[in-house]
Amino acid sequence: MRPQDILLPAPAGLSCKPGGFHIDPVRAVERAVITHGHSDHARPGHGAVLATQETLDMMRLRYGENFAGSTQAIAYGEELRLGDVTVKFHPAGHVLGSAQIAVTCKDTCIVASGDYKDASDPTCTPFEVVPCDVFITEATFGLPVFRHGDAADEVKKLLASVALFPERAHLIGAYSLGKAQRVIALLREAGYDAPIYLHGAMEEITRYYQSRGVELGELRDVKGMKKADLAGTITLAPPSATSDIWTRRFPDPVTAFASGWMRVRARARQRGIELPLVISDHADWDGLTATIEATGAGEIWVTHGQEDALVHWCKTKGLAARPLDLVGYGDEDEHEALPAGEAKA
Amino acid sequence: MNRFAELLDRLAYEPGRNNKLRLITAYFRDTPDPDRGYALAALTGALSFKHAKPGLIRDLITERTDPVLFGLSYDYVGDLSETVALMWPKSSPLPPRSGGEGSGVGGSAANSSASQLADRPPTPDPSPPRALRVEGGERMGHNNPPPPTLSEVVTTLRTLGKTELPKQLARWLDELDETGRWALLKLVTGAMRIGVSARLAKTAAADLGDKDAHDIELMWPGLSPPYLDLFAWLEGRSEKPVNRDPTPFRPVMLAHAIEDADFANLDAADFIAEWKWDGIRVQAVTGRDERGQIQARLYSRTGEDITKSFPDLVPSLHLQGSSKSFAIDGELLVLREGRVQTFNVLQQRLNRKAVSPKLIKEYPIHLRAYDLLDDENDLRELPFIERRARLETFIKKLDDPRVDLSPTVAFDSWEALTAARADPAGAGAGEDAEAVEGVMLKRRDAAYLPGRPKGQWWKWKRDPHLIDAVLMYAQRGHGKRSSYYSDYTFGVWTAGEEGDQLVPVGKAYFGFTDEELLQIDRFVRRNTTEKFGPVRHVVHEPDQGLVLEVAFEGLARSPRHKSGVAMRFPRISRLRWDKPPREADRLETLERMLKADSSITAT
Repeated sequence: MRPQDILLPAPAGLSCKPGGFHIDPVRAVERAVITHGHSDHARPGHGAVLATQETLDMMRLRYGENFAGSTQAIAYGEELRLGDVTVKFHPAGHVLGSAQIAVTCKDTCIVASGDYKDASDPTCTPFEVVPCDVFITEATFGLPVFRHGDAADEVKKLLASVALFPERAHLIGAYSLGKAQRVIALLREAGYDAPIYLHGAMEEITRYYQSRGVELGELRDVKGMKKADLAGTITLAPPSATSDIWTRRFPDPVTAFASGWMRVRARARQRGIELPLVISDHADWDGLTATIEATGAGEIWVTHGQEDALVHWCKTKGLAARPLDLVGYGDEDEHEALPAGEAKA
Repeated sequence: MNRFAELLDRLAYEPGRNNKLRLITAYFRDTPDPDRGYALAALTGALSFKHAKPGLIRDLITERTDPVLFGLSYDYVGDLSETVALMWPKSSPLPPRSGGEGSGVGGSAANSSASQLADRPPTPDPSPPRALRVEGGERMGHNNPPPPTLSEVVTTLRTLGKTELPKQLARWLDELDETGRWALLKLVTGAMRIGVSARLAKTAAADLGDKDAHDIELMWPGLSPPYLDLFAWLEGRSEKPVNRDPTPFRPVMLAHAIEDADFANLDAADFIAEWKWDGIRVQAVTGRDERGQIQARLYSRTGEDITKSFPDLVPSLHLQGSSKSFAIDGELLVLREGRVQTFNVLQQRLNRKAVSPKLIKEYPIHLRAYDLLDDENDLRELPFIERRARLETFIKKLDDPRVDLSPTVAFDSWEALTAARADPAGAGAGEDAEAVEGVMLKRRDAAYLPGRPKGQWWKWKRDPHLIDAVLMYAQRGHGKRSSYYSDYTFGVWTAGEEGDQLVPVGKAYFGFTDEELLQIDRFVRRNTTEKFGPVRHVVHEPDQGLVLEVAFEGLARSPRHKSGVAMRFPRISRLRWDKPPREADRLETLERMLKADSSITAT
């Protein structure tokens, strides 16, 4: 069977005709199979949703009880027959509950990996290589300039800055779902045991991580804190808040941003970041290329991000590769990174 | 090199001027000679290595990486040094394949349960977890040589021949970490772009000895790296260095753009007005060397020696009798039959390596003087009104057809000046009105101060033209804007076969604030209808789309543009979120403006 008869890009997202579902649809569809809880992949309004328990819970937190007609939870390693295909979920290492979805029809297996990373992350199940015939990969950091290094070193840099400026507050922009909790967990691993403060917008999702057994230590709501008492502390906030008047409550804040984009100076400078922390929830260039090779897939489909470079690389390795040109992904980051004031526009 | 790299890295992220100063001054205090001197030279742009061209660095990286991947990366990062610093392969030269280390499946080996993989062949290449991967050479092996010092780099680059350079650079790049590589490449190519002006670096040096930065500016042309005499003076170990250059460049005085609100606090009687000429700012300096020989130099506003490009002006910059020096601040223009030509005409004479007799004849160059900085003695401390009087006498005495005086504009109130600015032709500029791009306001009592001192000089440009256009296509920018959709093609309505349609009339890359850029970028990403390589088609329907208020300086007929018109200096002046695209301007409006423009030109 030709792979494109199993999965095909459509306006609503990746469509699986023989299985009667879409993967991470960007428009409301009858049956959706969802890789993870970020808003560009998990959208409300579908008839039926199949996803991991964590992803379903996150959608519920974000969109309310009635985010879909019906839901079904599936565990990593569990296999399910849908129409003429079987689907199986595997950990993607991106955020809590994130999954790669292996779709098999007859003797052909396609893995839609959603967003993934192969670096260690104490807050989610590690990424797993799934051998397949066709591997669908993201390309958020699909350029060889993106080499992310060890996140623990970046946290060391942060702690050195906290020690250097005991009179200032450190304000870390981090995406609410996944990144924030990972930074907290990394801080704890580095031995930082003081209370960590949270912007109100990330309270709920962080508590959810804790309820799933992720150890994050003592967390406090930053609201209501006296300015002077925030000297020498660390606060996590959505990236948009770090350039907002909201920051006036902090004493001379050092603005940090935890993101793979921080590898490129222009990105950090553009946002007025003083302390760029290269911590990413996506695979870097080396991770993407190594993973592609490890899957053993002969054909690679590249979705959102820097498709051109990754497609080119695949071809130099003798792999059939093409961009899927799906529109609508990779915007969660952009969305959260925008100043709050422009929501009106 | 590492300390210097660390300084550059911190400066690149530090937004505050005072914090930047503190960082640089602290570096000068803690770093011994001659390293700190070379650092000052690097920050002020005083170093240039003639063989270290961007092309050489490009060659080094293309030998080591896939050229297509390099091209895409460079396009994305927008900065050659940074791209190469990030992409430089880990220490072993010319690796057979990229991404060779590790499969990047960190931590997975322990967790993948046998049952999950039972029906599949095992993972092809079980490899060490990611943590063991060497990252970009940052963790160096014990047998690597220590990274070079800044002085070592500078002195080696100065003496090294062209053929040995690539090998030496590659060796250093292997030895340095990512930040070190970035700093090294910034240094050798001379393109720092870290938000530190030469002025700021000199101020930081002055702070080291509690001196005035102005003093350093005055002696600067006579100093050379690594500035041992300067630092000795700053640390109180020796006398003030003196400038022995007979034709030194004087740092220029610049004007602030005036805003409507500023006039309320300004008294018209305190100011003298001149036309703002659409040429290039130059400084003409003449002096005598030790043997009494006359030397004339023409400098650009940044102090670049451009004498060679304008040999036809040099004879006019002569000294009278036994006088020893002068320095004129003025505008370089092309004059034909006494009439000032537009900037487009002048442009034919700019950035030319060879100046042919034909070029000299067809584009006769001219200096229009508006200030006198030196006439036997330094005049810069005098009030402008006195310098102006000296200038008028000087120009009369010089009596050269290629050098004349920039006339003042008479006015007794801001209303009168507003009228003059609106109609330069009627207010004294006569036939030269076309080359007037506004008026300059100078305080009568202003001394000539380098930089952009507050409240002394103002520039008041003519009102730009404004239209409301609709965003049609967006493309990613370069440099600082490389990851944002920051290049916009916009259009206006015109009647087509199937009713009104938008026709592109121009492209703009700037004019918006950083915050507006994020807003437009978001709009583009959310409202893309099609992607063509780097270009995104953005929704542009009568009721859907983004209206941009575009400001521009002028219009010209252009057969190259589908619309038939081309804008000069277009930029985004406002985002009209409030306006539906159907209310944007029409091509007919532009055509009316074009007619009005050419009627002004014709009078």
